[in-house]
Order: sequence, then C-alpha cells, then structure tokens
Amino acid sequence: MRLCFSSLVLVAGLASLPARADTPWSMFDQGKLLATGGVSQVEGTGGGGIANWAMITGYGTRDGVGANLHYTAVPLADYNLQTAGVAVGLFDRLELSYAWQEFDTQDVGAALGLGKGFTFHQNIFGAKLKLIGDAVYDQDSWLPQISVGLQHKENDRAAIIAAVGGQNSVGTDYYIAASKLFLAQSLLVNVTMRETKANQLGILGFGGDKHKDYSTQFEGSAAYLINRQFAVGAELRTKPSNLGVAHETAAWDVFAAYFFSKNLSLTAAYADLGNIVIRNNQQGAYLSLQAGL
Amino acid sequence: MKRILALPLLLLFVVPVQAEDVLFADMGGQAGIDKIVDASVDNYLADDRIKAIFDESNIDRLRAEFKVQFCQVAGGPCAYKGHDMTEAHKGLHLTNADFNAVVEDLQGAMDKVGVPFTVQNRFLARLAPMQHQVVSR
Repeated sequence: MRLCFSSLVLVAGLASLPARADTPWSMFDQGKLLATGGVSQVEGTGGGGIANWAMITGYGTRDGVGANLHYTAVPLADYNLQTAGVAVGLFDRLELSYAWQEFDTQDVGAALGLGKGFTFHQNIFGAKLKLIGDAVYDQDSWLPQISVGLQHKENDRAAIIAAVGGQNSVGTDYYIAASKLFLAQSLLVNVTMRETKANQLGILGFGGDKHKDYSTQFEGSAAYLINRQFAVGAELRTKPSNLGVAHETAAWDVFAAYFFSKNLSLTAAYADLGNIVIRNNQQGAYLSLQAGL
Repeated sequence: MKRILALPLLLLFVVPVQAEDVLFADMGGQAGIDKIVDASVDNYLADDRIKAIFDESNIDRLRAEFKVQFCQVAGGPCAYKGHDMTEAHKGLHLTNADFNAVVEDLQGAMDKVGVPFTVQNRFLARLAPMQHQVVSR
C-alpha cells in the first residue's frame, strides 16, 4: 500500500514536468484520444476491469510511448483482492506490464485452517502485441483491432495450491483480443479468447485434479461513451472449473469509468466474481485508479 | 457458453442505424457547419501542438474549403471540389498525434457550438478513416 502511494506521488511528479519537443519527455506524446488507452484490468493489462482490450495501454501513438501505474481494490463479501502494477505501451505496438496481486482470505482463512487473513500473492508479467487494425480510425471497415498477448503468473502459495488439488503454482495465459470502437454509436466492444489453466485467475494455481489442461475461455465487454470523459458498460469473463474442491463460475461486472485527463482515470464497478472456494456469490465493489504519462 | 458468446454479437445488431442525410440537419445545417469550421480553425491556429502546420496556408481559403467538405461529409447538398486528402497533406509529414490534436480541437469547437456528443461522434466516424490519407509518418 505504501508502495502504491509513493508510486502515485512519483507519477504525479513526473506528470507535472513540462513536455518539450527537445527533451526525452517528448517521447510521451500523449497523442491518443482520451479514453482510447483504456484502463488497467485486474491482471495489469491494458483493458477494462476484468476483460482485456486489444488496445495498447497508455496514450503514446505509434511515434511515442506511454506508461502508467494503477492500483485496484476489490473488496468482496468474504475476501479482499487488490492489485498494483505498472505498464508501458511502446509505439502503439507492444505493451509490457507487471502487476502484483494480493488475495486476502480474511475469516475464510481461519475456517479453512490456514489462519485468519491468510494471503495469496501473484506476480503477473504481461506482454501484448498489436497485430492488425485500428479500433478508432478504421470506421470505414468492420475489421477490429486485433492483438495477441500473454500473462505469466507466479503464485507464492505452492503448498496450499497442491493441497487443494492445483497442479502448479506457475502458469501462463495466452489470449487473442479484438476491439472495435463503433464511433457513430458511441460504443466500444471488446472480445477476447483466452487459453488458460488458471484457477480463480491463478490465485488457486493452475490446472486441477478435475481438469489439468488448457481450456478456451471467453471475456468480453461493451462500453457506452456518455461523453469524452465518461463511459459506462458491462463485462463478462468465463473461467475454467479445474478443482474438485470448489466449482468455479463466471465473473461479470457493470462499471463506470471517468477520465479526468490523459494522466488520471478512476473506474468504479459492481463486480460479481462468482463462487470462490467455500463462499458463493462473491460480489463487491471494484475501484481502480490509473495514473500515467 | 453459447448464450454467453451470443451476447456481444447481439449488441452489434440492436445498435440503431442512422439515416445518411439526417446528420447534416442534426449539425445545424450549413449555418451550423460554418460555425463549427470557424471555431475549429480558430482552435487549430491557437494550438501550440499543430499551429505550425498552417504557417503556409491561406486561412480564408482553408475555412471556405472546410465548410464545403464538412457539408459533403455530413451528407449535405455540397460537392467538395478541393484537393484530395492525400494531395492536400503531402509533404506535411503529419503524425497520428497531429491528427488527433485536430480531432480534439474539432471536438472543442463542436462543444462550443452546442453539437450533442452523439452527433459529434456520428460526424467524427465519417472523418476518422481520413487518417489513412492524412497521416504520412
């Protein structure tokens, strides 16, 4: 938490520096249109809240770079999930991201004999490459912007994961994402197919006693632009159910994102992450702050 | 799973289709477009990011050409006979950042004239593909 705060202070400091054409700061060209850089999804990738977008994070155009930090808190009924991360978008082509994720079991930890407030942590390394299309400019075509990417996740609770039937504490998701802005309708649509073994996003490891291998999962979102700064929408994400100890269900949310500027956005959502281990219907608020250059 | 996949596809079909020539009227006809062009050109010339692009331009002629072109793009009763977009921007070495700065200034102008956001987006959707001809760098 202290780390997140000091990171935000750092970004605020950087953002206050003037961007001059003859300094390295001019690489941060802030040339994309507001909101088209997206926000930071729960695994640190550029996108919405729980769903990926095909867009490269930040406001750098193909001649520049963008970078941002984010902090996300998802206080659920019986658990607490939080993520902090950093991401860079390079020449509107390649995105690299790192996120740290903590899942606090609170009272459930005690019920499971792990201890009250037992926490799982993940380091998530992401990369996304834009292949074809431009979600914003190609209004004369049905072709969406298409990107491929991966999220490599390392969980620090290998022993617990093995005890619940998880196959591995490390896993890599691969995805293909398509995004299209239907500008005349003020509507942004994103569809992603993800190859994953992750149990509860990787918090309970990868692969399970019930199903060991990759499966194809869907995630999608639609956002309606109320104005240039404000978007509302909904997301859906299916997840595999690999573990015998707990049936895993799909996650969804309804969200509102406000873009104060190209340097700061706040996303608030009502999220339902479904069943998590011995607690059903894990619903709660989703709050995410992104600050960037 | 099947029903889940159908949801975003369904969304694409319930989006209302706008009649072609309604946009010109929604933008306030030629009088509205004239105001939008004047306000946007004022914005371009005051914008440190892009004003240098217009150093060699005849601003009065530019305004007149934009007014006809915007009218045509909006589906109004005009025929733009000026330079084609590739020709007009040749040698300017414009970037996506330049293009987007022009879009932002145009949005600001439409705000000022009172064009509703949804109408702005319908118009911008027709201008957006010009990026392919305008941006050369």
